Amino acid sequence: MTTKLEKRPTSLKVLIYVFIVIWLIIAAFPFIWTVWGSFKVELDFFSISDWTYALTGERTKAEYGTPFTGRGYEGAWIENYFWRNALNTFIICFFVVCTSLTIGTLGGYALSRSSYQYTFWLLVIALIFRAMPPITLVAGYMLPFFEWNIWGILPTTIIVLVAINQPFTLWMLHSFFQNIPKELDESAKVDGCTQFEAFRFVIIPAMWPGVITTGLFSFLLAYNDFAVTSMLLSENNRTMVPAIEAFLGTTYTEGNIMFAVAAVVSTTIPLFLLVMFFQKQIVSGLTAGAVKG
Amino acid sequence: MRHRTFFWFVFPTVSAMILFIAFPIVSVLLQSVYAPHPAVLVEVETCTPLVGCTIETVMDQDATKALRNAEPLGRFVGFDIYFDRGHLAISEVKEIFINSNSLYEIFKKVSNLPFYRAMGFTLTFTFVVTPFVIILGFLIAITVNAINSKLKGLVIFFSLLPFVVTQLIGALVLFWMIDSRGILGNAVQWILSDPNLSLKASTGVMWVSLIIYGIWHAAPFAFVIFYAGLQTLPQDQIEAAKIDGASRYQQTRYIIIPHLFPLITFVALIQLMDNFRVFEPIVGFNASAHAQSLSWFIFNDLGGETRQLSSAAASSVLTIIGVSILLFPVLLRTWQDFREKT
Repeated sequence: MTTKLEKRPTSLKVLIYVFIVIWLIIAAFPFIWTVWGSFKVELDFFSISDWTYALTGERTKAEYGTPFTGRGYEGAWIENYFWRNALNTFIICFFVVCTSLTIGTLGGYALSRSSYQYTFWLLVIALIFRAMPPITLVAGYMLPFFEWNIWGILPTTIIVLVAINQPFTLWMLHSFFQNIPKELDESAKVDGCTQFEAFRFVIIPAMWPGVITTGLFSFLLAYNDFAVTSMLLSENNRTMVPAIEAFLGTTYTEGNIMFAVAAVVSTTIPLFLLVMFFQKQIVSGLTAGAVKG
Repeated sequence: MRHRTFFWFVFPTVSAMILFIAFPIVSVLLQSVYAPHPAVLVEVETCTPLVGCTIETVMDQDATKALRNAEPLGRFVGFDIYFDRGHLAISEVKEIFINSNSLYEIFKKVSNLPFYRAMGFTLTFTFVVTPFVIILGFLIAITVNAINSKLKGLVIFFSLLPFVVTQLIGALVLFWMIDSRGILGNAVQWILSDPNLSLKASTGVMWVSLIIYGIWHAAPFAFVIFYAGLQTLPQDQIEAAKIDGASRYQQTRYIIIPHLFPLITFVALIQLMDNFRVFEPIVGFNASAHAQSLSWFIFNDLGGETRQLSSAAASSVLTIIGVSILLFPVLLRTWQDFREKT
């Protein structure tokens, strides 16, 4: 690739780097700005009088003596119990990822190993289900969940998120399993294993890269969900994203918006780390869908 | 694999999908043709000496409860909810058609009805964001492909952020900057020297901001897909074109774009469906006064103190119909792929 670059005229090279720098600023600057601003008071972050206050933190200095303050974080995490929301998010993500991977691998494996016509129809139905916006399904959950008195609690939301996750998980794992040669489990079966034993002892050791990638996307779906969690969880069981929305709605008094800013930054950090460590898997997961289908 | 084994392997996942995706769709369809029972009213005559008798209408608690328990779905109303003012507004549209003189007038009046206004925004958003996402994603992909490979990892890392971060959070982060008190809002006011220009006051500015958010959020997705496609470019064709004296533009136009074309259609189809369900940015930008979408209607009906389930259900069914129309080409493609394989 570097040899190709050398052949390019200088003007084009400059143009390419200018474009990349502009794009990087567009992509990253909003996050950097918000992280910086989350350590300021509201009058600095949203400065009407002078925008440089957001950089220097004049008002923050006037109020707290230093240009940085953890006031927003303190207000969100301690006074408004954001740690509870974080804990709920953690519980939901953990169980959603585990459950959807367990039932998804079984299903995806079977779909990749059966050549009957109905496997195609199952996959097509899964594709249709995947296209359904989750919020349209939420309208259907409300009435039965109220009737059965299971609205508002974490287990219900976990099961719903697992189900909404399944179509995507199935498609992804199906294509990963297709890349594991059929001969592996066929030969195990010839040696006297049942289908499940072949799966357990031959396929499971070989499937981890695909499962980790799929698990990442399940995690992202559960972590980033707003439509389902904001509608199906009661106030005490809220996860982080609906909690942020609640900050905006109820506490619009001066200074409190900084709680929301701090909460937003806190919620973004795990995603930041995730992209940092699993960049390859995320890229390969995104492209797996495109190449296959 | 034998049918029996297959059944047990797919049983958990299929039952989860039937219970929590297929049934809710049925439940939504049912709810959309039922309205909640009105309270049962009874007239009670109370007589007091000297004052006389008064007839009062009060709610009969027991009878109302009994009725609601007997038919928890409510009373059957057919397509009434679909046709009411909050949805398709059939009678209002009819009236507009009879009373208006010009097409422009019809268009203007119809687009003031809530459902059609929301459709207007949703479709504008979908059909503006999708092409821009493809163009920007393509530009990022070919430039990243051309830079020093040591920098690539870093660039990809930052590029992924707008896509991976929660939609609501991404929207808020941008909103706080574009807000009239935020840094970008301030800058725009200063550049245009119009201190009153504000996101909250102008529908046009709000639509543009939401569309910018949509492009910002989804461009990384297109970029990653196209970048992967560029790794499989037919190098021999490029070499041959170079020998024949093809310019850079010609190479891009006649080799790279045709090579990426299947991926371009893939991104377009996925983006059309995703953008059609836009709603988190509307919440994040606090934009509901200027821009609404079908998904936002559902969200709004379901939230709050009075949960209007029937109205939400009708909006859901309309959304599902919209998504199905956009999904149709995808299904057709899957079917063709399957036919080719077998």
